[in-house]
Amino acid sequence: MSRKTNLIPLLIVVGLIVSTASGAAEPNVPDVQTIVTKANIMAYYQGDDGKAKVRMTITTKSGQTREREFIILRKDVADGGDQNYFVYFQRPADVRQMVYMVKKHAGANEDDDRWLFLPALNLVRRIAAGDKRTSFVGSDFVYEDVSGRSLDLDTHELIETTPERFIVKNVPKNPDQVEFSYYNVAIDRKTYMPMKMEYFDKEGKLYRTIESTEVKEIDGFPTVTKSVVTDLKTGGKTEMAFNDVQYNIGIGDIFEERYLQGPPREATR
Amino acid sequence: MRLSRQVSTAALLFAAACSGVVTGQDEQEKPNPIKAWLDEHAIEYHGFYEARAGYRLQNDLYEKDMSIMEARYQFDLFSMREWGDVKVKGDVYADGVEEKGVFDLREANLFGRPSDFMDVKLGRQILTWGTGDLIFINDLFPKDWQSFFIGRDTEYLKAPSDAVKVSLFYDWANLDIVYTPEFDSDRFISGERLSYWNPALGRRAGLDSPLGTQGRHDFFEDDEIALRLYKNISNYELALYTYWGYWKSPGGFDPTMSYAIFPPLHVYGASARGTVGKGIGNVEIGYYDSTDDRSGTNPLINNSEMRYLIGYTQEIGRDFTAGVQYYVEQMLDYGSYEGSLPRGAPKRDEFRHLTTLRLTKLLMNQNLRLSLFTYYSPSDEDVYLRPIANYKASDNLALEIGANIFGGDEPYTFFNQFEKNTNLYTAIRYSF
Repeated sequence: MSRKTNLIPLLIVVGLIVSTASGAAEPNVPDVQTIVTKANIMAYYQGDDGKAKVRMTITTKSGQTREREFIILRKDVADGGDQNYFVYFQRPADVRQMVYMVKKHAGANEDDDRWLFLPALNLVRRIAAGDKRTSFVGSDFVYEDVSGRSLDLDTHELIETTPERFIVKNVPKNPDQVEFSYYNVAIDRKTYMPMKMEYFDKEGKLYRTIESTEVKEIDGFPTVTKSVVTDLKTGGKTEMAFNDVQYNIGIGDIFEERYLQGPPREATR
Repeated sequence: MRLSRQVSTAALLFAAACSGVVTGQDEQEKPNPIKAWLDEHAIEYHGFYEARAGYRLQNDLYEKDMSIMEARYQFDLFSMREWGDVKVKGDVYADGVEEKGVFDLREANLFGRPSDFMDVKLGRQILTWGTGDLIFINDLFPKDWQSFFIGRDTEYLKAPSDAVKVSLFYDWANLDIVYTPEFDSDRFISGERLSYWNPALGRRAGLDSPLGTQGRHDFFEDDEIALRLYKNISNYELALYTYWGYWKSPGGFDPTMSYAIFPPLHVYGASARGTVGKGIGNVEIGYYDSTDDRSGTNPLINNSEMRYLIGYTQEIGRDFTAGVQYYVEQMLDYGSYEGSLPRGAPKRDEFRHLTTLRLTKLLMNQNLRLSLFTYYSPSDEDVYLRPIANYKASDNLALEIGANIFGGDEPYTFFNQFEKNTNLYTAIRYSF
């Protein structure tokens, strides 16, 4: 009995040596910082700007569905750094023509600036910086999934290399701020596109996954056109489909109050 | 007898709204010729059907027990053309309290961008600016306090203006100019739906003594101009405001004709809003220049005032936000007011202090919104609570229950005059 238990640390050590060796044995494996930096650019910073029509389908455990439709415009201030987002809602009817605007600050301890425009009241409201791990418009996606999580918030470790993917383990530097203990990201070795994310809770149990289920090349940029988040605890899932994706369309200075009250043409169709 | 009539009205309105809900569902399933025509002309058609019912929780000597009873249909037509946008939005509702049908055209406007630095909106529109949360200093666009207090959706607090808004955008600052050729007053408390303190009678009054007013209806004569000069510096929003017009709710009394009037008013103000710590802070100030009573010696016309506001909003938990505000109204020339006041009339304080607290919590995947907005005045010693629970049963169907609760010590203070209007309401809305 005692022998068996003694074997476990040994196995772990061997496993570590093997996995490190397999990593080292590959001639073209960049260091983990390069991998996560490239993956971050791939997922959130392609081109100087971008536009997509997004359709979200939220499905509860019992099978009830809700839909969200919005047009999202993004413009980078700096690659891998600050960005601006403009989200124009089309459905459901009660949030139609509402606009959500974010000036994202990429610094680890910098809060984003956020605005909401409520058309019925013609009201431009400033929203307090929020917990980025809260649900985005009632879906299983959280704010951070939509606009990215600062790389500086986690430590990164390349834990596995397969012929197709790098598996990177990300551990939060400040565990009190998040609901997970760590998450693994499977990154496509060719494109550096994050293909699957797995979140583990404080007990080390897998409770949430995000998968890129469809990737297409658009304007020369590999683009996730469908992704699904599954919450294993609640049994809910949300599918997000991106249509009419465009890059480098020359989005101007639309991230201002003027365009909250009167959205620019590119935001509305 | 009276009660059974109310109940049957309620049942009728509810049935009408439900048939509306059914019609709404039908529309989604099979396209009708009107819908086809709208699609062909690139006109978006949306709106909702709603039934809303509410009762006073105590007896009001001067009003009906029913505080709200209506079946409402709102249509919202919107079209983007090459040269700009067209919007027409209106409400048709059967009002069971006033026993009449009403058409309320909320918006009918054209919006265009004639140049890179100019936006224009012309026609009936909803206008809003300023930094307060349900407190308005420099926003002198018309409010519908009656709708607010009887439990209509918060959307109806803003009454429409018939105006032209020209916005100019420059590197150094932006300027909004709003011209309203004919004065649009607030939809103020007149006694028709809500009992209120009538100073002439020295008691609360309502249907027995509705407030008679002398409106201002001379085109280009009784006009209003509102200006806002604003700039965003490092995401701190700074603004200066000017308003030349009239007290939006009656601010004076004509003793010879015995009706309330809207005396001239000029307002000059400023505001700032931006990140403070973990939340959003705002400050706003306004000088109300009551030009017909600058000395403050006329007891029948409002004195000039200073108004101050400071506020802060922060997320205090997951999907849980708290906002606090502190607001002060300072009557200027208070000595003259005191001196000119008729003997025995209730006296206003020089300073009216008002605090607000907003708590908003989202639950059940953000489909259930619980909110509480509280006004509390330590100087008037009165309070107004607005608890609301809104549940989105589906993407189209929302259920709401809420209350308007007034309380205080004296019958003539700002909120406590409405004490007998304390009401509870419920609503069902189908949006399409």
